[in-house]
Amino acid sequence: MLRQIEGSLGVAQAVALCRPGVVCAYPISPQTHIVENVGKFVKTGALKDCDFLNVESEFSAISVAIGSAAGGCRTYTATASQGLLYMAEGIYSASGLGLPIVMTVASRAIGGPINIWNDHSDSLSQRDSGWLQLFCESNQDAVDTHIMAFKIAEKVGLPVMVCMDGFVLTHAFERLDIPSQEQIDEFLPPYEPREYLTTKEPVSIGAMVGPEAFTEVRFLQQRKMAKALKVIEEVTAEYRKLTGSKSGGLLECYNCENADLKLIIMGSTVGTAKDEIDRLKKEGINVGIISLKSFRPFPYEAMRQAIGDTKQVICLERAFSFGGRGIICPEVKRAMEGTNCDIKTAVCGLGGRAIYGTTINAMVKHALAGKFTEEFTWFDVDSNVLNSYTKNAEGVTFPEGPLGASQLEASVKHA
Amino acid sequence: MLDKINFYQTGSNTVGNRLLNPAMRSIQASVDRPNSLISGHRACQGCGEALGARYAIDAAMRATNGQIMVVNATGCLEVFSTPYPESAWRLPWVHSLFGNTAAVGSGLAAAAKIRAMKNGDTNVPRIIAQGGDGGTTDIGFGPLSGMFERNDDVLYICYDNEAYMNTGVQRSSATPPAARTATTQLVGEHPGADWGRGKSVPLIAMAHGIPYVATATVADLRDLEAKVTRAMSFHGARYIQVLVPCPLGWGLKSNSTVTVARAAMESGFFPVFEAEYGKITSVRKIRQKQPVLNFLKMQRRYAHLTGKKADPNVVARLQALCDTNIKNFGLLGDDEPNGVPTAIQAYERSNRV
Amino acid sequence: MLQIRLHGRGGQGVVTAAEMLSLAAFLEGHFAQAFPSFGSERTGAPVVAYARIGEGEIRTHEPIQNPDVVIVQDKTLLGSVDVFGGLNPQGYAIINSKDPAEKVVPELVKMLPEGHVFTVPATDFAMQKIGKPLPGAPMLASLAAATDILKLESVQKSFQSRYPGKIGDANAETAALAYNYIKDSKKGGSNA
Repeated sequence: MLRQIEGSLGVAQAVALCRPGVVCAYPISPQTHIVENVGKFVKTGALKDCDFLNVESEFSAISVAIGSAAGGCRTYTATASQGLLYMAEGIYSASGLGLPIVMTVASRAIGGPINIWNDHSDSLSQRDSGWLQLFCESNQDAVDTHIMAFKIAEKVGLPVMVCMDGFVLTHAFERLDIPSQEQIDEFLPPYEPREYLTTKEPVSIGAMVGPEAFTEVRFLQQRKMAKALKVIEEVTAEYRKLTGSKSGGLLECYNCENADLKLIIMGSTVGTAKDEIDRLKKEGINVGIISLKSFRPFPYEAMRQAIGDTKQVICLERAFSFGGRGIICPEVKRAMEGTNCDIKTAVCGLGGRAIYGTTINAMVKHALAGKFTEEFTWFDVDSNVLNSYTKNAEGVTFPEGPLGASQLEASVKHA
Repeated sequence: MLDKINFYQTGSNTVGNRLLNPAMRSIQASVDRPNSLISGHRACQGCGEALGARYAIDAAMRATNGQIMVVNATGCLEVFSTPYPESAWRLPWVHSLFGNTAAVGSGLAAAAKIRAMKNGDTNVPRIIAQGGDGGTTDIGFGPLSGMFERNDDVLYICYDNEAYMNTGVQRSSATPPAARTATTQLVGEHPGADWGRGKSVPLIAMAHGIPYVATATVADLRDLEAKVTRAMSFHGARYIQVLVPCPLGWGLKSNSTVTVARAAMESGFFPVFEAEYGKITSVRKIRQKQPVLNFLKMQRRYAHLTGKKADPNVVARLQALCDTNIKNFGLLGDDEPNGVPTAIQAYERSNRV
Repeated sequence: MLQIRLHGRGGQGVVTAAEMLSLAAFLEGHFAQAFPSFGSERTGAPVVAYARIGEGEIRTHEPIQNPDVVIVQDKTLLGSVDVFGGLNPQGYAIINSKDPAEKVVPELVKMLPEGHVFTVPATDFAMQKIGKPLPGAPMLASLAAATDILKLESVQKSFQSRYPGKIGDANAETAALAYNYIKDSKKGGSNA
């Protein structure tokens, strides 16, 4: 059914359609509206046979989810930013125990300094946690991906983070096509765990594993990730067929035929970039967008195919690794190993700095002019703000415009 | 008829109860005992925690007709009972982390309820969450308080051996004053753990107004069994803290675990009581009052208090601590507890002990 | 695609107004999008919200830098916030004020085409019918009257579906007052 609603409400409705047995909630912006709405559905009886727990911290939220999933219930929770970090220990426990929890991460910067706005530093900080990480480019994508996430999680036997940009998507009112309960009941049958805690067949879950078997446990966990690539594609195909949606998948290409340059983007910036790419096309500039949906597992093979013989790729990254460089770019380089494809990072949109169509336009022109000479460029950095500190403190000034990593490094050598 | 016979063991200090009326016998004396934690696990000789856990869980199994699922915190109990690929647990058992046991218990209780509801099953398994004092009074304290305030249907059992034994005997907030641990060593002007630190989680649990709170020791296993059984008659959040001496951490002979637990109880060092809905309902009276020195002298963690160089003032302070507990909880004779007792740490901090 | 930027203060229902604008457009079969300027603004602080109305899927999620319409729910913002920044030279502006546009924003009146700047005593209307200074519905109704991009009924219906019962109805009545006020002033009536 078509509705004009907030993204968070759409996701709450999607979650309710999946009939979870346990939902736990701890408030942190910008995910709060989602669990508030799910809590309301439970209280009104719209979502039946579901226990909604208001817990005292994110650490307990993930822990309640672990207990519930180990007890054989379909389980959902949501978090963001500091909350995700506060969960971190439980995040690894959930994936190590193979519990198919679905959790929204309403992506938001990590402090300090505290910042409540959107970037991808929270979700990407849990890159190696053993969770699937699926990114959404629109609220429709978020609605559909949440529903698919339950099926993917339960088929693979691993937890799934559905990452949707905080505020930009969670708080946006948009037209959403919400599937019917009948459709979702057909798509997602009641959860039948393969193994769970029951007095009928007692099992011990979470035993201590020593050096004699730990490597093998990890190997098998990685094997599930490999399986997940296929499952994501299968579940997406099934869901699209059922609902006519265009959501999900490992990655999606836009205007990629014969593109001179391809941008790899995750999240809501994809939509903004699509509009700009259409405008650029009218100028005769042919740029493709690869919307990266599944960051974990990373679709190396699909990425290699999507890039094809394009010689220049820019990864628009909304987080980076301190003391290192980009986070997406090295993955793409691995996918393109042995080719002469030029792959660079443009970091931008940190802590809620808006990415406009004009940002994309400038990035494309910068790239096509051959100005991305370094692997890592601070694309939307404001040198006035930098200089207001470094000029007085260290006598260092930065020029206007994008700054390459070498400019940062040189400024330290000369200071 | 058996009831009327006053066997010599009744009311004595021994654990054995084979000559008791069957109804009064410990569950462990029964041939069809549940044996949820079976032999072959890797606990140290004389492990108080293994003893306490076996009696507590079996009592709960019997009280619920075998409908128990257990969540275990990281710690000795978890490590010695489940070395992969083996498990000493003959009931559904899960371990997740050190500090999240109460919350995992909440989630499991919710799942058990919902699964039963969805399947039209009237039989809802009950949940026990368990951990050591470090996992309970320190790192798991937030989730524990959350579980209490939500009144989730979980019995939390804390096996209190007064330090972090699994990591090598470090001080926890349940470590008593003057005790040696790896982080409160017997050096300097004030050897051992500081005075005026720590907290009473049983009293904190009572302040949540939860249905049932109790303390127990492995020196009175039938009391422990009775308390677990009583706890299982309630729904909602429940808490039992069991004193389980640790031969390794306390520096005991492995055959003196029960003896030293009894000395803790009989000296007033560890008050044993139960409370319902925030009010104390019974106190386990001291049968043969012992001086605290009897408790201290069996333990190398207090070696500095019994040798030639011992500071008599510290022993006197520990005795005052015990005497205050006795008065506060009404542990002697026909004394009544003095309202809701004040945490002993308050007396330490105000230098009243 | 029509881009609308709404300015007001925390507590005046600016974000809700943007949402209701998108809902009204949706009810008429358009694609629409609304979102707040995200922040932790408290009651009384300047707040911005955005809305887009189009005939196809709205993919962009950038904040609106060049609005076609600016709605100012609180005229005390005029001196402190650049509310008309980036406004399309052919665009519209609607300001919550009792005073005529020529008096409130004389320069803007000169800048934009004739009949593109309106004032409406939205707070007064809201106080009459809702009893609270919530000018959202009358401001949206004024937009509808000024530009004809929406029907009054759609604005009314959006508030009534969000707030079923008395509050929704009071908003609808307030909307009607403002709608008629602007229509009257467009015809050169007593409000002109």
